Amino acid sequence: MNAPLTHAPAAAEADEHLSGRNIRLGLRGKQILDSVDFTARPGEVTAIVGPNGSGKTTLLRCLTGEIAGQCAPGSTIRMGALDVTRAEPWLLAQRRAVLAQATSLAFPFTVLEVVRLGAEGAGGAARARQALAQVDLGHYAERYYQELSGGEQQRVQLARVLAQLDAPRGHHGPRWLFLDEPVSALDIGHQLQVMEIARAFARNGGGVVAVMHDLNLTAMFAQEVVLLNQGRVLGAGAPAEVLTDRLLETAYGCRLRIGVAPRDGLFLLPQTAEQGN
Amino acid sequence: MVALPHPEAPALEHGDRRRRARQLRLVLAGVLLVTVLLSLAVGAAGTSLWQSLAAVLRGEAIPLSDSIVLWQIRAPRTLMGMGVGAALAVSGALMQGLFRNPLADPGIVGVSAGAGLGAITAIVLGAFLPLGLLTALGFYLVPLAAFLGSWLSTILLYRVATRSGRTSVAVMLLAGIALGALTGAASGVMVYIADDNQLRDLTFWGMGSLAGATWPKVLTGMAVILPALCAAPLLARGLNALSLGEAAAYHLGIRIQRVKNLAILAVAAATGAAVAMSGGIGFVGIVVPHLLRLVSGPDHRELLPNAALLGAALLLVADIISRVVIAPAELPIGIVTAILGGPFFLWILLRQRGVLDL
Ligand SMILES: Nc1ncnc2c1ncn2[C@@H]1O[C@H](COP(=O)(O)OP(=O)(O)OP(=O)(O)O)[C@@H](O)[C@H]1O
Ligand SMILES: [Mg+2]
Repeated sequence: MNAPLTHAPAAAEADEHLSGRNIRLGLRGKQILDSVDFTARPGEVTAIVGPNGSGKTTLLRCLTGEIAGQCAPGSTIRMGALDVTRAEPWLLAQRRAVLAQATSLAFPFTVLEVVRLGAEGAGGAARARQALAQVDLGHYAERYYQELSGGEQQRVQLARVLAQLDAPRGHHGPRWLFLDEPVSALDIGHQLQVMEIARAFARNGGGVVAVMHDLNLTAMFAQEVVLLNQGRVLGAGAPAEVLTDRLLETAYGCRLRIGVAPRDGLFLLPQTAEQGN
Repeated sequence: MVALPHPEAPALEHGDRRRRARQLRLVLAGVLLVTVLLSLAVGAAGTSLWQSLAAVLRGEAIPLSDSIVLWQIRAPRTLMGMGVGAALAVSGALMQGLFRNPLADPGIVGVSAGAGLGAITAIVLGAFLPLGLLTALGFYLVPLAAFLGSWLSTILLYRVATRSGRTSVAVMLLAGIALGALTGAASGVMVYIADDNQLRDLTFWGMGSLAGATWPKVLTGMAVILPALCAAPLLARGLNALSLGEAAAYHLGIRIQRVKNLAILAVAAATGAAVAMSGGIGFVGIVVPHLLRLVSGPDHRELLPNAALLGAALLLVADIISRVVIAPAELPIGIVTAILGGPFFLWILLRQRGVLDL
């Protein structure tokens, strides 16, 4: 174990953050992330937004440890007291689970078997069934995964990810859920359901980091938004601070007008877009 | 052959087929036991040994001639058949898990050919080795060379066909063809420079037969196969996770590179030893895992041990057929497995058309 755990009770609060400092990453000679600072707090849903190719998935892959080792020297990524860039995979696997933007499956597993790939050890079977029920697919347990629709497959993968973490908090602190476009393939009912699952995970003490394309859902469910553009952070903070006409126009290259819904919160209509730049 | 439930009607226990896989393992162990007895008792030229076998099991003495046939010919041959069958089936399953592709098989993608080149090179050029080294290696020379050949070709194949964890079936098969042609040509050169004695060795070896089984040969082969078979279950969890892709496997806590290296080593050892002992025997590595996945699912924790049992039983059955079908002569066992396995392989392709986009 090359990542010693140091519990300093006094600084417990800040110690539990997920934080990246000065993350710089080049892939094949191309600078993809440039001095990105990122902080996510347990108890909150943190959204990463930005246009296609802005580096959202790449940032997530750094934060989960997958390509953290490839970051330029001077980049630091910590999950509480754990140094993500050097942590063993099995240690990370106990503290965070990751839903990818797309997942393929090589062999004909059933839905339940796919979820069980995430649920190791004691209580795995019960956890798997519970996770399946959470995403509304309990009755699909014995179907073949490959026979499901795209949105159903994405929900099965979410169940597998949920089953990997048996509770939002463990004895070592919060657990983290990383979701890359968790709702892009879903209908509106299941979009809300999945976002509710994320919110509940955060309310129970875990942390959620989600890459989002839907700015309305972001405004509705996120407590913290990080707006990326061309590998740089354009803005970070509460939704109302980051989802502004000016920043969105810079990031997305088209004029957008933020509206405010009758009830509290923000909403944004694609109809308000104007051809710009 | 083994009675298998109908593949189209998987009565799943609430989606988890592990219990069924465990029941299947008992059945397969029973089937293997029966085929072992058959393999010991049944033989060419009416030399049926049932009575002697029964006597041995009762602990009674048997005639010397029967005893020699049983212990010096049939027993090593049976053990070799089991070892080779298990090795081929398990290396097929491992390779399919590693390449994340149900069509990967050492025979099809040129790894067996690589092992063959190693073995042939050892037989032909072994004479040029310093005498001390030659005697030190002894019976291990050919299996070791075959292991090296299959190891190098697996690594090469993996490098060529796999990009960031994704295997292209087309590239894998094409690379296999190239590898097969290359090793075939090199083997041809070796055959060309071989002397008459070596040529005889090569011919016997190349026919793909269990006929040459002797205790020293079998024991050296098993010394390579057994560690590979024992290591295989340790890879099961990693291969299961890998079926979701490399990134997901890493997120599940798997050390991917270690799993891959170990799997390549195990495939190379098992394939190399099997090829060194028995020449080219095809289709076991693809038929056995495929049948088992149909019946009890792709979970490698169950698949790998079951594949060892079914592969061993299947090869013994093929060997018995090869012994009796044109008795007193013998059909090379490679022909029997090709006749049984070839149509089955075509059936797999037919069934998967549309599912696999080649
Ligand atoms: N393995 C790689 N090698 C080279 N370039 C890469 C690699 N992965 C991503 N990129 C590049 O990095 C940039 C950011 O990619 P990333 O996948 O992070 O975008 P994203 O914000 O998630 O986009 P999307 O909204 O389309 O999912 C893109 O320009 C992409 O071409
Ligand atoms: Mg992305």
